[in-house]
Amino acid sequence: MVYKFTKNPEKRTLPRMEAMAKWMKKNLFSTKGNTVLSLFLIAGLIKIFTPIFTWLFIDATWIGDAAACREGSGACLAFINEKFTYIIFGPYPREEIWRPALTMVLMFALLWWSKEPSRWSKKLVKWWAGFVVLGWILMSGGLGLAPVKSTSWGGLPLTLVLSFVGIFISYPFGIALALGRRSQMPFIKSMCVIYIELIRGVPMISLLFMSSVMFPLFLPEGVSIDKLLRAQVAIIMFISAYMAEVVRGGLAAIPKGQYEAADALGLNYFQTMRFIILPQALKIVIPPSVNTAIGMLKDTSLVIIIALFDLLSTTKASLKDPEWLGFSVEGYLFAAFIYFILCFSMGKYARRLEVEFHRGHKNREVNI
Amino acid sequence: MSTNPIIEMKDMNKWFDDFHVLKNINFQVNNGEKIVICGPSGSGKSTLIRCINRLEVHQNGKIIVDGTELTNNLKHIEKIRAEVGMCFQHFNLFPHLSIVDNLALAPMWVRKESKKEASERAMHFLEKVKIADQALKYPGQLSGGQQQRVAIARALCMKPKIMLFDEPTSALDPEMVKEVLDVMVSLAEEGMTMLCVTHEMGFARQVADRVVFMDDGQIVEEAKPDEFFDNPQHERSKEFLSQILH
Ligand SMILES: Nc1ncnc2c1ncn2[C@@H]1O[C@H](COP(=O)(O)OP(=O)(O)OP(=O)(O)O)[C@@H](O)[C@H]1O
Ligand SMILES: [Mg+2]
Repeated sequence: MVYKFTKNPEKRTLPRMEAMAKWMKKNLFSTKGNTVLSLFLIAGLIKIFTPIFTWLFIDATWIGDAAACREGSGACLAFINEKFTYIIFGPYPREEIWRPALTMVLMFALLWWSKEPSRWSKKLVKWWAGFVVLGWILMSGGLGLAPVKSTSWGGLPLTLVLSFVGIFISYPFGIALALGRRSQMPFIKSMCVIYIELIRGVPMISLLFMSSVMFPLFLPEGVSIDKLLRAQVAIIMFISAYMAEVVRGGLAAIPKGQYEAADALGLNYFQTMRFIILPQALKIVIPPSVNTAIGMLKDTSLVIIIALFDLLSTTKASLKDPEWLGFSVEGYLFAAFIYFILCFSMGKYARRLEVEFHRGHKNREVNI
Repeated sequence: MSTNPIIEMKDMNKWFDDFHVLKNINFQVNNGEKIVICGPSGSGKSTLIRCINRLEVHQNGKIIVDGTELTNNLKHIEKIRAEVGMCFQHFNLFPHLSIVDNLALAPMWVRKESKKEASERAMHFLEKVKIADQALKYPGQLSGGQQQRVAIARALCMKPKIMLFDEPTSALDPEMVKEVLDVMVSLAEEGMTMLCVTHEMGFARQVADRVVFMDDGQIVEEAKPDEFFDNPQHERSKEFLSQILH
């Protein structure tokens, strides 16, 4: 079997319209039954989406105040316009908003740079560490910047910090827990099993509650730990348990022969894991771990219950503005749109990684 | 010659839970000797040679490899594993590494060689097994026979004193068996100590100093290949040979 990654040259030379016609013929109208079904579905889609489209774009009120919106029959995009800064940045002081904005721009730039696996190196880890320090200073103040308490952080930066930091830090923890769970040493093994099962047995909300209500009770008087930090720790603890199970699935998929070959060559446990088992196992679990990551990104919206202002909380709060009552559909659609963009790009990136990692031994199944 | 055993098993026993898989094995291999182990399926051949590099743990008796006794001492296990190479029925190459990386990995990390040194030796052994031109491919892109030759080269890169083979040709298409056996024959001619579980009688007759016949966890008969194949002494050996000859 030969896989071709280069595009079929025939396809490329075909004029666009002709190619489209060909595609439609093949995929939509191949038989009489399919043709009927396709037409039926297309009609249905048009029926559903035309009014939505009209409401959202054509009839929408783009600028103006709440009164103008109430007169119009479409969506009130002016509301988004008005509340944009608050939804995205939450209660962060208005005059300092360039700081979280810059932090986010830097983060997206760094993410973009990191997306090529060929750039994954120790240096990149240092860049990220540098970014975390810089981002922390930018957000919370210091070095001549006015201090801003983490309780007034909010919106998108908060969601991104909680989820990305959570996902990145919990990944190595998850790997360690998964390895521990498969360990031969009974003590380590049972500790890992207990941890994973305990955490997976409770909802994230209860962990967040514990972090904000119970945890301070255990601290000596006068010592207090930042609420955001506590929430972050709770989230990391939570995601780690799930990541551990995801990674365990990948480890279980590696044939015994791989361990034996590594043993026979004299590689020790850590070398075997690092060079033989984990590279293969982690590759297998790209799709499920991205799934988990996407779930967790959305789950961070639960921090609303301990009064942290993540993206969803800021959206909710802006809906309560007495001047702008009644535009919750627009508000929630906007929040959903942002979540969608984030999750969709994560999913798409994961698919790309999968293809890339698969290229090396794409014919594996053929010969073994 | 018997004064210089490189592998020595004394009253060795092994159980899988309650199943007594190796029973009172007393067995010696001299330096440079080539041993072929045969016997019916389930008789414990694989288990026996896997005890030598401790892929399986024996419960009592002694196994001494090149002067080092196999115990739970990790240092000893590591030392022995670095000296004993092994080839498996299903090759067990690392599918995510290129051929040359498959070969260079262990020398770099176990023997702490530089990447350059390890890759150069990898290329040397790939040439020896006649697939240097495939060095940058991945295992999945090679035929079974080529993969097994890579596996042999990978073991050789660790400069082992002993090579273990567990049915190296039985997962191969018939037309590929010869290319692997040729490599093994040339290895034997260079004086490598070899233990080989195989039913390739031609190979056994050509290179083996001794054939060991196992049945039901015991070594039933040991003899020179010609004696064993032409004139087996034990009932069970006769039965086994009559089966594989048809
Ligand atoms: N990990 C294990 N746990 C329990 N029993 C095992 C295990 N490995 C092997 N056995 C059993 O031990 C016996 C000997 O196995 P072994 O693989 O050594 O046989 P073999 O002579 O190599 O057979 P074959 O020619 O089929 O490879 C068999 O009955 C097998 O079922
Ligand atoms: Mg076997």
